This record gives sequence, C-alpha cells and structure tokens, in this order.
Amino acid sequence: MGELFAQFDVWSAFGQTLYLAFFSAIGALIIGTILAIMRVGPVGIFNKAGAAYVNLVRNTPLTLIITFCLIALHYQLKIYLAPEDSPTSIVDNGVRWAIVGLTVYHAAFVCEALRSGINTVPTGQAEAARSIGLTFTQSLREVVLPQAFRGAIAPMASVLIALIKNTTVAYAIGVAETAAFMRDGLEFRPDLSFLIFVLVAGFFVLLTMPLGIALTHLSQRLAVKR
Amino acid sequence: MAEPLVVLSGVNKHFGDLHVLRDINLSVDRGEVVIVIGPSGSGKSTMCRTINRLETFESGSITIDGKPLPQEGKELAQLRADVGMVFQSFNLFAHKTILDNVTLGPIKVRKKAKAAAEKEAMALLERVGVAHQAQKYPAQLSGGQQQRVAIARSLAMEPKVMLFDEPTSALDPEMINEVLDVMIGLAKDGMTMIVVTHEMGFARKAANRVVFMADGQIVEQATPEEFFTNAQSNRAKDFLAKILTH
Repeated sequence: MGELFAQFDVWSAFGQTLYLAFFSAIGALIIGTILAIMRVGPVGIFNKAGAAYVNLVRNTPLTLIITFCLIALHYQLKIYLAPEDSPTSIVDNGVRWAIVGLTVYHAAFVCEALRSGINTVPTGQAEAARSIGLTFTQSLREVVLPQAFRGAIAPMASVLIALIKNTTVAYAIGVAETAAFMRDGLEFRPDLSFLIFVLVAGFFVLLTMPLGIALTHLSQRLAVKR
Repeated sequence: MAEPLVVLSGVNKHFGDLHVLRDINLSVDRGEVVIVIGPSGSGKSTMCRTINRLETFESGSITIDGKPLPQEGKELAQLRADVGMVFQSFNLFAHKTILDNVTLGPIKVRKKAKAAAEKEAMALLERVGVAHQAQKYPAQLSGGQQQRVAIARSLAMEPKVMLFDEPTSALDPEMINEVLDVMIGLAKDGMTMIVVTHEMGFARKAANRVVFMADGQIVEQATPEEFFTNAQSNRAKDFLAKILTH
C-alpha cells in the first residue's frame, strides 16, 4: 500500500475525482432544475425543448459527450474555458470540459428525478396555490417544488451516486482522476493489481455509500405526510 | 340595482367530444348564495372551476365584478385572489403548518407583514374552530378540520365571492355538519357563495337560489322552497325523487 502511495499521486487523483463530482453535481442540480421547470411549465415550446434535451442527452453515451466537449468544442472550435496562455492551460481545460460534459449529461437525469418528485405532488396542491392568487412562479416556489424536492430526494440519491462513479469517464480525455491512477497503476505495477482494484473500489464505496444512506434517511425524515 | 357580481354568459366547453358546458348563462348578485345541484357528470363542478379559470372554456364570457376573466399570467392571479375556492379534497398545502397555510396568500399575494397576517389568520382559525391546531400539519387533522382550515385559507384573502366544489363529499358523515355550520355562518354574514353540493339541508337553510344542472345545461333555477316542493322539469323531478326518497 505504502509503495503505491509513494509511486503514484493517489491523493491528488482522489482529490480530482472529488473536485469533478462536486462541481458537476452543483451544475447538474441547477440545469436539471431549470429543465424540469421547463418541462412542467405552461409554455409549449419550453416543454418541447426540455423534452428534446433530455431525450438527446440521456440516450447518448457519457464518453461520447465528454470527448465531444474536448475534441469538438475545445480543439476544433477553439473554445477555451481556461486561459490559453496559462502554464496549466491543457490540464485546466481538460478538467473544466469534463465538468461541462458531466454537468450536461447528469442534468438530464436530475430533471427526470425532479419530475418524478413533481409527480408525487397531487394536482390539487397546484390548483389550491393558484386559487389563492399565487402566480405560476410563486406556486412552484412556495408549494410545488418544496414538496417535489422532498419526493425527489430518493431518486436524486441514485443520480448523485451515478455521477460520482461516472467521473471516471473523464479519464477518457486525460483528466488525472482516480480511473487515470488505476490505469497507470495497472500498467506500471501489475504485481499490485488486486490492491489497486480494492483501493479504488474502496474509495468509491466510502464516498457513495454514506451519501446513499444519508439521503435515504433524509427522504424518510422529510417525507410529506398526506 | 347594482350589477351582478358574477356573470357567465354563453359559456361553452368541450372535453374532447363531450360537450360538458352548453351555453351556460348565470348571474349571481352580491351577497347571494347559489346552490348548484345535479346528477354526476352534469358539469356542475366544471362550471364552478371555470369561474376562477381552473378550467378553460371555448366560447362565451365570464365577468367578476364587471371585469372579464383574463387569459393567463399576473392579471389572472390577481383575479383568483378575489375568488375563494374550497375543494372537495381540501388541498391544504401538505408541507406547511395550518397557520402557514392560511398566511401564505396574504403574505405573498396581498404583501401583508408576517405578524399582521398571522394575527388575522389566528382570528380566522378561531372563527372556524381550529385555532388550537395552528402549529400542526394538515395530515394530523381530521377531514372536517382540514376543510374548515381550507375555508379559513380562502377567507384570509378577503374574497369577493367564494366557490365551493362539493366541500362535504369527501367527509365522513359525522364531520359534515361542522363544515356546513361554518358555511351557514358565512352565508349569514353576507358572503357571496356558489356552492356545488348535494346537501339539501344546507340548501334549505342558507341558499337564496338553487340551480339545477343536467347534461351540461342549466335546466332550471328557483328558490330552494319552490325547487324542492315544486320542480318544473322532468329531469329535476326525476333527480329529486332519487335523492329525497332516502
């Protein structure tokens, strides 16, 4: 074990995974919420646009989306997310495009998790909200979404767990995260392959299992009694 | 004579091929209590819901206090604030306390200060007899208590007219009267009310007029006394024979 940590920068790989997961999760939550509002709102064109986004993105492999971000958007179209002339430009652009790809992809799943939450809110709740004179936005903010978020915690936990594990796809575009460490480790220290597998698996389980347990607990505690 | 508060004229609505509202004309004066009865599927609930545009309609017009019903958006929200609605299934906001259910509209729509809204809400909860439950959540209350809270929530908006869509149909029999008593009190205080109900006792005690609907049409209207003893149309006689024999 000590050998591995001496030979490879395991901690920075783990750190990179956490970094990717944290910012992608925030991005996916924001964009996913906007998409969900578009899909349930009264404006037909937004409904269609939201549905088109979800269907396109959800049915595309994540590897494709992330490589598309780096190769098509960054290399081909020269879109820089980090300054071109900075010494860490290549690394920074890789990481940021990976976050964009992860965000875009998981936003579709967040949207659907939220919509399943919204479906747990009876239509009468929105009708009552409108009948006391709340506008569409107010009735979403005050009545529908607070209940929808609670109903969405359990499906959202699955999305977050998937997101954390899916950060490993960033290794396809050369981000030095946990899967990249695993590849290097297996290549240069095949004698330690079992240890490497166990270490990486352990890291992810340690990250995702408490999250799953906490969110399940939270969803039970906050459940709206009807 | 002042103009009527609520006027429906020539209102038509379809659900697909089904013509649920056929050329509805109805006007309700200030302070009037109108009961709408009729067999299920006659369009009475739909009519009630078109008045605050929870249901759309295709042709005709509805005016409230002289103003035509706006299509969507802020204006419609403003109009709905003036039209109270009490639902069959109460529809209290499940994630908010009883007190917060009542103060939400006054704070968010009427822009009242929280303290003032809460004081008024407590007075209203007192009036409907559930003030001691103010900090509980809707699921902790009985159906009758929830429906009385729903009435208080509507009253908090100081509505010009209140719509009741079968307010006692989802209640256990022993809870019906506690809700009807509150409604009778409102009627006595001069609230304009349109009530879809099968409670004939309430109709006799509190209503100024009974409107009988069948197949999406208003078949006849009369005072409760006249309607229950001397209905004119065969549809109404048939309906009354079915419900009054029990």
